Amino acid sequence: MNLIQNIKGVWKYRVLIQNLVSREVKARYRGTILGFFWSFFNPLLLMTVYTLVFGFILRPKDPSFEGSPWLYALFLFCGILPWTWFSSSLLESANVLMINGNLIKKILFPAEVLPVVTVTSNLVHFIFGLPILILFIPLLGKPFTPWMLFLPVVMLVQYVFSLGFSLLLSSLTVHFRDIRDILANLLTFWFFSTPIIYALSFPTIQKSHTLRVLLNLNPMTHIIGGYQSCLYYGELIHWKKLGATLLVGLLLFIVGYYVFDRLRDSFPEEV
Amino acid sequence: MYAIEVDNVSRVYQKYSARHRFQTFKSALVKGDVFRSLKADELVTALDGVSFNVEKGRTFGIIGENGSGKSTMLKLVAGIAKPSSGRITTVGKVSALIELGAGFHPEISGRENVFINGIILGLSKREINEKFKEIVSFAELEEFIDAPVKTYSSGMYMRLGFSVAINVNPDILLIDEVLAVGDASFIPRCLDRIDDFRRRKKTILFVSHDLGTVEKICDKVLLLKNGKIAAIGEPKRIVNVYLQDIAEKQEKAFEKKKAEKAPAPDLGDERREDRWGKREIEIRKVVLRNLQGQEKHVFSPEEGLAIEMDVVSSEAIKDFVFGIGVFNSKGVSCYGTNTQIEDFRPLLIQGNGKVVCRIEKLNLINGTYYLDVAVHKNDGYPYDYHRSLYSFLVSSTLRDVGISRFPHTWSFSPTIKISK
Repeated sequence: MNLIQNIKGVWKYRVLIQNLVSREVKARYRGTILGFFWSFFNPLLLMTVYTLVFGFILRPKDPSFEGSPWLYALFLFCGILPWTWFSSSLLESANVLMINGNLIKKILFPAEVLPVVTVTSNLVHFIFGLPILILFIPLLGKPFTPWMLFLPVVMLVQYVFSLGFSLLLSSLTVHFRDIRDILANLLTFWFFSTPIIYALSFPTIQKSHTLRVLLNLNPMTHIIGGYQSCLYYGELIHWKKLGATLLVGLLLFIVGYYVFDRLRDSFPEEV
Repeated sequence: MYAIEVDNVSRVYQKYSARHRFQTFKSALVKGDVFRSLKADELVTALDGVSFNVEKGRTFGIIGENGSGKSTMLKLVAGIAKPSSGRITTVGKVSALIELGAGFHPEISGRENVFINGIILGLSKREINEKFKEIVSFAELEEFIDAPVKTYSSGMYMRLGFSVAINVNPDILLIDEVLAVGDASFIPRCLDRIDDFRRRKKTILFVSHDLGTVEKICDKVLLLKNGKIAAIGEPKRIVNVYLQDIAEKQEKAFEKKKAEKAPAPDLGDERREDRWGKREIEIRKVVLRNLQGQEKHVFSPEEGLAIEMDVVSSEAIKDFVFGIGVFNSKGVSCYGTNTQIEDFRPLLIQGNGKVVCRIEKLNLINGTYYLDVAVHKNDGYPYDYHRSLYSFLVSSTLRDVGISRFPHTWSFSPTIKISK
């Protein structure tokens, strides 16, 4: 099948992908004083804002935070860091074919490499931020648990899901530039529809069947939930839910790839 | 064996307006037919049924006017775009010099860009390591290789781009007009590299407007005209066909321009800046012809020119001199003469007449020339003087300089090795 061949093709370009990712990572903070530190300062600052507002002012009474704003901060961090990876990947991939239009128009260049590079370079930023997050676990009063070792599994699920989405978005945006504007708003909505600043165990959610069903239909609920299990709750990740999310991710990847492949020939003219 | 086979290839583009009528979601939703089929008048045919083969080791040139489909052809061979119909087969690794330094990232150093660009163009990291020094020294960028590319001048940018691309060492090299931006010292070195490629029996597809270079380096040339093959064959012949074509076009443009300019000589008696005299003898009409008698405005330097003047004298006049003067676009007089200088003795003119000045061979360099014609008395009193009212064009592949092309030959003693 064509898809398999193309995936093999992408594998052939791994050196290229590797170099483009390192270029992206290097170029992003070139000229800044703090350099790579921005990869975790950004989520850290975001977390601080949310902790101040939600932790200290709104004070969630949920038992999972034991009434402590510091635990709430840790909970937030577990969700915001992977969310940043997800949302930046999507926002950037909506632009990536246009920004690199020169490559597509002037050089024989495998366009699918570009969304892969986007998702991967954001993964690198995520990984840069991870040590800080792990450092904060004992600092904010939670123990390390061996369940943390399942972190790569959660990351893999998120990678597949994000990549599928990126392929779809990047190719469609070439024809429908409106997507870029819709996307920013959609992501804000999505952020609040995912248990990042609130926990699934909140009584308001537990009481409402509809709300639970809706939240469970959101793949990001299970991905972010996976991080929270590994890092915050210290428990085994939810195999079935995460497995189902992986299947959804794979399906999205196939659809995304199919659309991308169909539109591929139009890129050199349209970008 | 053929390195490139192009079989009945066509490429159709949608017109911009048609393509973008449904660009946004909103309009797509409102009109409800994003995928409607396009009508024929919304399509532009960039290439139409083009077939040709390039043998391995040959240098093949493509020439033609802007918009004739040259670049499209190159993109199709490179695989960047797909033909709408027909088939293209290439044998071996293809590298395209369509835009130099495409994909350079401005924020990172030249060194890092060389690596990434090399990998994009299909080199392995080890190969780049081996060739790195050569790439940098060819681009003459040893001093700046660690500076971010955004600080480079456009020449530096281009040199680095060319240097990487030429070191990819492909079997088929596609070159699209990229040499146009180099400076006087870089272009010869690029051409050297291209020569090197030819010696190593690599295949080159060369698109250029520089007809001199095309004639020099190509084994075979294809002339495209509106997306179709107009001629194909031996370089010198095809270049001449193309020049002929251009000359005809210029001729048409000239005539159009002339038609737009109100015919000056009929504007009555008042003194004008470009025509003066009381017209006791009047030059009614001036026609430029080649020696075969065709009316023309574009000439090759080898051609002759006949200036034909229709004159009318209302009374019998015994004192008259006919003269001509040729000026180039800078206003420099290239040649001037009259019947007085050449010892003609005027006897009588009355009624209609015709004066022809026949120049056997123009021997002028390329450019636009303006013509003065006049009839006056021996003492200089003008009857009718036309200042630069007529013009013609000299056009050729030769690029010699000066005002006039002296008829000449070269010869060398056997101790000097030189060839053409």
